[in-house]
Amino acid sequence: MSTTETTPEENVPPADPNAVRLTINGREVEARKGEWIIAAADRSGDYIPRFCYHPRMESVGMCRQCLVEVEGPRGPMMVVSCMTPVADGQIVRTDTPQVKRAHEGILELLLANHPLDCPVCDKGGECPLQDQAFSHGPGESRFIEEKRHYEKPIPISDIVLLDRERCILCDRCTRFADEVAGDALIHFTSRGNNTQVLTFPDEPFSSYFSGNTVQICPVGALTAKPYRFKARPWDLEKVESTCTTCSVGCRITVESSRDQLLRYQGVDSEPVNWSWLCDKGRFNFEAVESDDRLGEPLVTSDGAFASASWSVALRRAATLVSEAIAEGGASSVAILGGARGTNEDAFAWASFAKALGIDLVDAQMGDGLPSSVFGYPQATIDEAAHAKTVILLGPDLKEELPVLHLRLRDASEKKRSRLVELSPKETGLTRYAWSSTLHEPGLQVTAAESLLDDPKVAAQITSGSVVIVVGRGNLAESPEFTMEALRRIMARVPSAKVLPVLRRGNVRGAIHAGLSTADTADVLRAAIDGRVNCLITVGADPIADFPDSDLVRRAMAAIPRRISVDTFLTASNQNADVVLPAAAFGEKDGTTTSAEGRVTQLARKITVHGTARPDWMIAVELADLLGVELPMGSVHEVHDAMVNSIREFAPVSREALRRDPDGVLVAKSSEIRDESATRTPNDRAGFAYRLVVSRKLYDNGRNVEKSPSLAPLAPGSSLYLHPLDLDRLGAVDGAQVKVIGDRTSIVMKVQSDPSVQRGTAWVPFNQSGPDIGELIDAGRPVNDVRVETL
Amino acid sequence: MSAQGSYAHAPGFFVGDRPKIVTSRFEYDDSHTLERYLATGGYEGLRVALTRPAADIHEAVKSATVLGRGGAGFPAGTKWGLTPQGVFPRYLVVNGDESEPGTYKDRLLMERDPHQLIEGCLIACYAAGLSQCFLYIRGEMAVAQERVAAALNEAYAAGYVGRNVLGSRFSIDITLHWGAGAYVVGEETALIESLEGNRGMPRLKPPYFPAAIGLYGQPTIVNNVETLANLPWIMQHGADAYTAIGTPTSPGTRMVAVSGHVKRPGVYEIVNGTTTFRDLIFGEDFCGGMRDGNELKAFVPGGGSAPWFTPEQLDLPFEASQIGPAGSMLGSGAIMVMDHTTDIPRAALTLTRFYAHESCGKCTPCREGGTWLERILSRIVDGKGTDADLDQLFEVGESICPGAFPHASSSKLGLAATPFPYRMNTICFVGPSAYAPIHSALTLFRDEFESRVTKRQRIPVTGVVS
Amino acid sequence: MARLTEDNVRLAREIIARYPRPRSATIPLLHLAQQQDGYVTNDAMAHIGELVGATSAEVFGTASFYEMFKFEPVGKYLVNICGTMSCALLGAEELIHHAEHRLGVKLGGTTPDGNFTLERAECQAACTEAPCLQVNYRYRYRVTTDEFDSLIDDLAAGRLDDEIPPHGTVARVRQRISPDRGVGAVPPEDVVEAPSWLDGKAAL
Ligand SMILES: Cc1cc2nc3c(=O)[nH]c(=O)nc-3n(C[C@H](O)[C@H](O)[C@H](O)COP(=O)(O)O)c2cc1C
Ligand code: SF4
Ligand code: FES
Repeated sequence: MSTTETTPEENVPPADPNAVRLTINGREVEARKGEWIIAAADRSGDYIPRFCYHPRMESVGMCRQCLVEVEGPRGPMMVVSCMTPVADGQIVRTDTPQVKRAHEGILELLLANHPLDCPVCDKGGECPLQDQAFSHGPGESRFIEEKRHYEKPIPISDIVLLDRERCILCDRCTRFADEVAGDALIHFTSRGNNTQVLTFPDEPFSSYFSGNTVQICPVGALTAKPYRFKARPWDLEKVESTCTTCSVGCRITVESSRDQLLRYQGVDSEPVNWSWLCDKGRFNFEAVESDDRLGEPLVTSDGAFASASWSVALRRAATLVSEAIAEGGASSVAILGGARGTNEDAFAWASFAKALGIDLVDAQMGDGLPSSVFGYPQATIDEAAHAKTVILLGPDLKEELPVLHLRLRDASEKKRSRLVELSPKETGLTRYAWSSTLHEPGLQVTAAESLLDDPKVAAQITSGSVVIVVGRGNLAESPEFTMEALRRIMARVPSAKVLPVLRRGNVRGAIHAGLSTADTADVLRAAIDGRVNCLITVGADPIADFPDSDLVRRAMAAIPRRISVDTFLTASNQNADVVLPAAAFGEKDGTTTSAEGRVTQLARKITVHGTARPDWMIAVELADLLGVELPMGSVHEVHDAMVNSIREFAPVSREALRRDPDGVLVAKSSEIRDESATRTPNDRAGFAYRLVVSRKLYDNGRNVEKSPSLAPLAPGSSLYLHPLDLDRLGAVDGAQVKVIGDRTSIVMKVQSDPSVQRGTAWVPFNQSGPDIGELIDAGRPVNDVRVETL
Repeated sequence: MSAQGSYAHAPGFFVGDRPKIVTSRFEYDDSHTLERYLATGGYEGLRVALTRPAADIHEAVKSATVLGRGGAGFPAGTKWGLTPQGVFPRYLVVNGDESEPGTYKDRLLMERDPHQLIEGCLIACYAAGLSQCFLYIRGEMAVAQERVAAALNEAYAAGYVGRNVLGSRFSIDITLHWGAGAYVVGEETALIESLEGNRGMPRLKPPYFPAAIGLYGQPTIVNNVETLANLPWIMQHGADAYTAIGTPTSPGTRMVAVSGHVKRPGVYEIVNGTTTFRDLIFGEDFCGGMRDGNELKAFVPGGGSAPWFTPEQLDLPFEASQIGPAGSMLGSGAIMVMDHTTDIPRAALTLTRFYAHESCGKCTPCREGGTWLERILSRIVDGKGTDADLDQLFEVGESICPGAFPHASSSKLGLAATPFPYRMNTICFVGPSAYAPIHSALTLFRDEFESRVTKRQRIPVTGVVS
Repeated sequence: MARLTEDNVRLAREIIARYPRPRSATIPLLHLAQQQDGYVTNDAMAHIGELVGATSAEVFGTASFYEMFKFEPVGKYLVNICGTMSCALLGAEELIHHAEHRLGVKLGGTTPDGNFTLERAECQAACTEAPCLQVNYRYRYRVTTDEFDSLIDDLAAGRLDDEIPPHGTVARVRQRISPDRGVGAVPPEDVVEAPSWLDGKAAL
């Protein structure tokens, strides 16, 4: 900015109409209109004790701990600072004897019925109640009556336990459940001194977000099974990192004790997760600690795996690759995966591919969208959550990007945004949507057009900013329908921005890094044609993830040489020639790129499991053995090389990342033309139901399956029909039925679900039990099935 | 014993010759029917109102200075004017949750003259431009609910309520709502929570002043049953006739229930501002003195929440500006009288137990402090308290209400009065109300507590510090 | 036991329609459920949640706040003796003591024949008629111990059936708004204008 042409007067910023000046303990403090006193005091360093106040939830002013004195017309008044707005000229005191007496008094009352079982309480050591009793308390309780008694911890869900004796009734967990998660399954019950938080009898707090209540509980009343009794807070060491379970990019702390991961906690990142996490992200550290982790390289000999040293295994892998190249050239080598690692991992593997001339490379498993989606003007999560209109085109965010679901739900509940949904099935956001249109698989284009023709919708869309959230809503349908619908909407609303929601943690980073020069389906078809001599999977399990099971099975069987880099044995690598153990989340440094293109840092907290190595290092070493030198001796060098050579990553220098822990947005991709073909859905040809196949939060993925607390939450495989369709079929809820496609048929359980459209059948993907992928033909625009009772 | 249908034991309205504004029909057995109501000038006030612009009616109510009868005594017309300009819809919520200890008037008004209340609601909705009226009746009042429901059904059928009232452009629904047993719901923001289908937990004011952010977040007027019951008379006779009764700051009449150790407990419609406690307790037109000629020991002047008075305050009139400085409040028009046989700590305990039991549980001081007070006091009453407990009562009280707590003067004890109101660490008055009776009893009758407690034996500490 | 019957669902919908937001009908519907079954069943709470758009936990949270809702069966007659100030000053404790003796149950208990549940209640707004009690929310004033006994006899013999319905029924008269007379409740967000009669002119 240049100042040479401005006069001093012009230099003074215009008076901000929302700026407020108040005095706290004699010092002047700047604040904004509408802010609570407690927030202003937090900034000025005048800490006011509190329990019920949480900056991300509505204030209720009920614990009364945050009392302060505000000068009024009739002398100082005692008010709660968490619910009293700042005002110009306001005089606040947080340190008078009266305030101190009030703080002590409230604290003594809170402790009156508290069991004071701190030595056996998980929260002991990081407990606001304990801390405040220490710093603001009377030191001794004069309460000599009998305390309230309740049955000691009762499970309120599969993961969370509640100790009502410790509870101080701050309403944080219950407000969270209702206000933030929209799952009002825990509630205050009874009244007065008998008030207690409870679920409805036999209706557990089964919320995807339940773990947040444990994090925000100001005492040890709520505990989570995965962490209970595992450590004392003062033994925990923590670093800040980013969750890569999905692509929202929630900031977390990774906490460990004695080199063991014990807990992730949400960090309040203003543009992203506001401190919230989903339970899958929060608790899947269990998988990192799983006994099933691969700790040493495996090499097949005589049809069975044998442990091998790294040098043996890497040499074997190099031999496999050079044999393949010798047989069919670099174009007969394929690399699939890379979306679950760091940007540096992806970039190293992309560099490996480029150096060797390998171009059958894809980080998506046929379950995403073409990378042309990045060619549209991109929106951030914050922009979406502040847009006048959010058009939802694709997956159920609650199942796939849960914290983005929370942000959009909040936008709708706070009346900032109106949600316009186009989906093959009702989603978690349907009940918050201003308009929700269910379309038949393959007909989103028609649905989008008639929606935009609706004058009410048209008026809404022209009323302000528009963000289109787009992803893959149905794995049994060609992604081109969604891309076409997106193209049409963009043509009608050229000012709209796009937030792509591909779900895998670092899929966007992998694509930008260059790991998507082909399409997995084409790679698999090439394999079936005998044109793939060697496949390297990098943290990928195509057999589990690729929608068309028949295609992927035949392809895998046709590939003579297979190398896998992974943290676990999977369906795809159990017959590989070489399996190289990879470092997992929490065991390596690097960066990741979220769905919105935000690059943030990942941090290593514990030493790697066994001899596992980070993916990037394996790429560099393998390249070396193949006679190619990648100039990347450390993760920093990989990062710098990436920043220097990839335009999207140009802004994310290490320096820039250090400056902003909330991360740095990637640069806009060069115009990528969306050239996907326009298709029309095939005829039903006697099949009664169009298939909708999509993900549930808890599935058979390694992260869930290897986390003992989460694995039981996966619902398992079932076919869901609208209740009226179920009636028409003459089947009862829960019966086994035969599901017939034109290739084969499978027998599975049928369940009634009013959120499924009539004439469609919904099946969750990658669940244990019968595999719906058997009935999906990736070559068809849409897939249909018939259902018969047994 | 008498059943509810009989009023033989509530003789207040029949004694003496005083102006009757809200109890004028109580002498008829069929006072609750539309027929009787119409025969005694019913719905005439509404007709008068509808023939004038709404703003004029609002103005008339304002100039009549109808003090709220729910406890706070805020003038109704002024309250209606506090709604933010141009924000609609606005609602009327009628507070018929009467449950303050000692209070007995709204139930009578609903059971004995439901049409008068309905007419009052209609006038208020018309004058203040309200879109719907919710008439919230306490859950335990089965007969009041039946009478008001029947009256509403009659009034709807006869064209007094609903679409085009009396053939005019004024249309309004009155929805009968009923509670389920929770004293705190009488507090206006809790009433709104309850009406929204929630737990009746009060909201913090500000920001949740009902007039600004009330039912469904909309501007809402909450008025007491008796407050509204005055409006038909005012419409018919004019604001001037109303202010001609009583004093300028406390005009009109008000209903007062006098209970406890008097000869003739009852509900009386008294002239506001001038009638004194002595008139009420000892006057022949009222209670006629103490039972069995006993001596008056103390009385609660304004419902269970009010600090207590002793015979020294008998000559104070029903005038808020005099009661406040004397250390108490008029509240809901409920006087509970104690004679010299009364066990003061036990009497205080029944009140403290009430408020502790009725705490909604939201504020720490009320939820924890109320029960704590109750536990200490019942130990004392049971003879298991110590002298340290007496101090502890004040300490817990200090955590609920910081600073000096109001109390009456006592020449006997050489005490000057501490004026009402108090400061409080809670959202609503339930928490402080658990402390008020203890504070009064302990301040004015400390000897009765001291004779109940054992002096703490101090066991000498030996050996640790020389 | 029991979701709301078809008739009661019809009644429930009629009640819901009188409010701008369905959830306002929660307490009336809980009363309806209690009238149907004598107490509030879990199934009924879940059903009410469906009708008013709340979770079962929210309905339970509301219901359990209020004294009148019972979650287990109580006697046919719920005898509530007031124990607050005015009644206490005039012998409520003695009356309660006597009642416990006469019914053979402690406060909160139900007689083995399922006829009577005895409770201490808080101020019933009949303070000038102390000591007072309610049987299923019907008052008895200035009750002596002898009168208490004959009340119990009368109830047991069914002599008061006309006046006092079994527990669960509170008011026997319900508000009914005929569609041609009612204005109709509108969600607040659908009201944007001032009422038409606020135009400065008389309405009549
Ligand atoms: C704890 C508490 C209980 C109350 N109970 C009642 C009540 O039962 N009836 C009532 O009309 N007002 C009650 N009030 C007063 C109301 O909050 C409110 O001020 C009143 O209904 C307004 O009506 P008014 O202005 O016509 O008096 C109570 C207030 C508090 C703090
Ligand atoms: S003072 Fe008591 S009753 Fe009032 S809001 Fe607070 S906890 Fe509830
Ligand atoms: S933090 Fe302000 S009242 Fe609890």
